[in-house]
Amino acid sequence: MNVTTNTAAQRLTFWEKLYLPEIVKGLVSTLKTMAKPSMTRRYPEERWEPLGSYRGRPVLVQEESGERCVACGLCSRVCPALAIEVRAAETMERDKERYPDLFEINMLRCIYCGFCEEVCPEEAIVMSKDYDIVFHSQEAAIFGKDQLLTPVARLQERLEFLRQYK
Amino acid sequence: MPVITIDGVKIEAQPGKTIIEACLENGITIPHFCWHPSLSVAGNCRMCLVNVGSQKKSPEGTLEVDGEGNPVIMWMPKLQIACATPISDGMFVSTKDDKTLTAQNSVMEFILINHPLDCPICDEAGQCKLQEYAYKFSKGESRFDDIKNHKDKRVAWGPQVMFDGERCISCSRCIRFATEIANQPVLSFVQRGDHVTIETFEGTQFDSPYSMNVIDICPVGALTSIDFRFKARVWDMSFNDSVCPGCSRGCNIKVGVRDNEILRLEPRANPIVNKYWMCDAGRTTQYKWVNANRVSGSYIRSDKGLVLADADTAYTAIAKAIKQYKSDEVMIVVGGMLSNEDVYTVKKLASEVIHTNRLVVVERTDTGFADSFLRTADRNANSHGIASLGITSIKPNEIADYISKNHIKALLVLGDEIIRGDEAILSAVKSLSFFALATFNECQSTEIANVIIGSATYAESEGTYTNITDRVQHFTPAIVTKENMRIMGMKMSRLDKFGAQNDRWTQGDKRDCKQHWRIAQGIAEALGTNFGYKNSESVFDDIVKHVTGYNHMSYDALDSHLGLTLNHAQHPESLGVIYESHTLKPN
Ligand code: SF4
Ligand code: SF4
Ligand code: SF4
Ligand code: SF4
Ligand code: FES
Repeated sequence: MNVTTNTAAQRLTFWEKLYLPEIVKGLVSTLKTMAKPSMTRRYPEERWEPLGSYRGRPVLVQEESGERCVACGLCSRVCPALAIEVRAAETMERDKERYPDLFEINMLRCIYCGFCEEVCPEEAIVMSKDYDIVFHSQEAAIFGKDQLLTPVARLQERLEFLRQYK
Repeated sequence: MPVITIDGVKIEAQPGKTIIEACLENGITIPHFCWHPSLSVAGNCRMCLVNVGSQKKSPEGTLEVDGEGNPVIMWMPKLQIACATPISDGMFVSTKDDKTLTAQNSVMEFILINHPLDCPICDEAGQCKLQEYAYKFSKGESRFDDIKNHKDKRVAWGPQVMFDGERCISCSRCIRFATEIANQPVLSFVQRGDHVTIETFEGTQFDSPYSMNVIDICPVGALTSIDFRFKARVWDMSFNDSVCPGCSRGCNIKVGVRDNEILRLEPRANPIVNKYWMCDAGRTTQYKWVNANRVSGSYIRSDKGLVLADADTAYTAIAKAIKQYKSDEVMIVVGGMLSNEDVYTVKKLASEVIHTNRLVVVERTDTGFADSFLRTADRNANSHGIASLGITSIKPNEIADYISKNHIKALLVLGDEIIRGDEAILSAVKSLSFFALATFNECQSTEIANVIIGSATYAESEGTYTNITDRVQHFTPAIVTKENMRIMGMKMSRLDKFGAQNDRWTQGDKRDCKQHWRIAQGIAEALGTNFGYKNSESVFDDIVKHVTGYNHMSYDALDSHLGLTLNHAQHPESLGVIYESHTLKPN
């Protein structure tokens, strides 16, 4: 049923019905905002640098002696989205006898919850500051060790945050 | 029979039993590490400490009761170990009072003093008795803030077993197993106190054919399998019940699968067949051939070589070929690893459809494999079952003769490789006009057969084996094939269950291989007879109806009695208590 009484048009005042004064009001508001400092940035030339508390894509911590991960599979177990696959192998060379032969995160599945980081007994997987994650195919969305391993120096801020608040 | 009271509940037990045994028979488990029903009592872990007492007697000799009529109990001044204290009539046992709980917590704290924080890299994690008890019987606090003792972490005791000194809690189960069951007393504690560890005597190694059982009974992850080490976490695997096809003993096993690949086999307790054990050979060999080198799909050989065909086309090709020969020119060979269901259906095909009585199984005897414990010389897992279905066996060296003497023109082999490098058999098979093969693996036969159909192994089939003592045992599929995909559902490992098409970890081979009874039924149908079997169970029900010895059996009955003996299905043996030391506890 069509409403024919007390419509928006009927509620307009005389000045509003004149139309032009309202246009002018709008223009004034625009001019005022133009003078204010800008809230946006020219991404991707200008990038935003998140704080340590930011949960970007999960990465593996790499130390000089190799990755920290011991392939315990706890992250894979806890991951609610089943994004992680770990396969362990044995090494005689390092003093940690176990390392991930294969470590893959399917970034189409990952929901950035950070559970993997929380459960890891070795602080080997942490949430990075990476947020622009793009790929052109489903296969490319599966990140292997080559894309996941990140030097520990670049993760200092997050590790510091975890030490304080975890 | 003596009556004892445990936490207020009266139970009856055989005289001479220990408290822990009497409890177990009545469904009460007292925490323990070193006790094992198949081993002697060592009494060294002290985890089973309980409060033991008896009712106070008045000077006149009557039992005293308090004002409310409850018995007045005189507790022994010290706690007793339930695994070594025999019961006596009128005994009172308390497992839940403060004194016992404090003792349990203290024992846990004591054991954990030098225990490394290895759970993340320990193969036992997830099914570890120490983890379970730490959760159940420990307050989770340690007052020890010194540096933990360090010991050797990777010592190979033999070809199959790796020892980690730090994880060992010195329960001595492995030492007792080596001495009492494996009859190879080469293990011993060395050093004392917190430096105690286990070594093999100089110049010896622990290489008994049953050595890997210590891995299962070790309550912690101190003993790991060199064959399995680190392949997967236990919670990522599915474990389905099966029967080892390695020899005619038919040890009950569990098949551990991840990504649709078998990663390990482990024994499943069956007090009548294999107790808690299985042999190393079964454990390390009976999964490899299931994982690799398989035939998937059906193939028909033409001038262009092997051409992939669908199963029905292959059945029709076999049927067409068979029709060209007189019925007694057709020979059928069944493999010793085929289930009763498979063999029964093949026999039906031979006798009712093809009308040939040239149906044989090839004996596989290996006297070197036999021993006085589990392993048998008869390597055909189902030889007694096949015999019970009325199928004659021939020796491998009689195959070539059989073919030439009986003027065989067409040969159908299901689930066996008959050539095995034998020149005489090879030339006999080559002289045939038609050779069809249903097989698990690529082999010499697949190079020459006219029709090849990929068939399901024991790990992909449901069926029954009849073992050397005529015990019929039921096994279920553990890995997914195109054929059983629908029924496998929740039996798959977690990863396989929830994977999607684009997940790399679900890409494990889902092979196109069919159970042999289905292949036999397919060929029969192509020849114009429909058997109408829907699943293995319907074949088994038919066996029960038509083959004497199997009457009164069913899959359910086989499952609940862990197998039934031929002709004695109505009088199942008593199983007693089936003890599970420690297994994967879901959730
Ligand atoms: S952030 Fe969450 S969803 Fe992503 S990999 Fe880690 S646990 Fe899985
Ligand atoms: S939880 Fe940590 S150590 Fe374990 S597999 Fe994951 S990243 Fe590696
Ligand atoms: S290795 Fe295992 S079974 Fe042997 S004494 Fe140590 S904890 Fe017990
Ligand atoms: S004894 Fe025979 S049935 Fe038992 S595990 Fe060994 S090969 Fe398998
Ligand atoms: S179980 Fe009784 S002392 Fe170990």
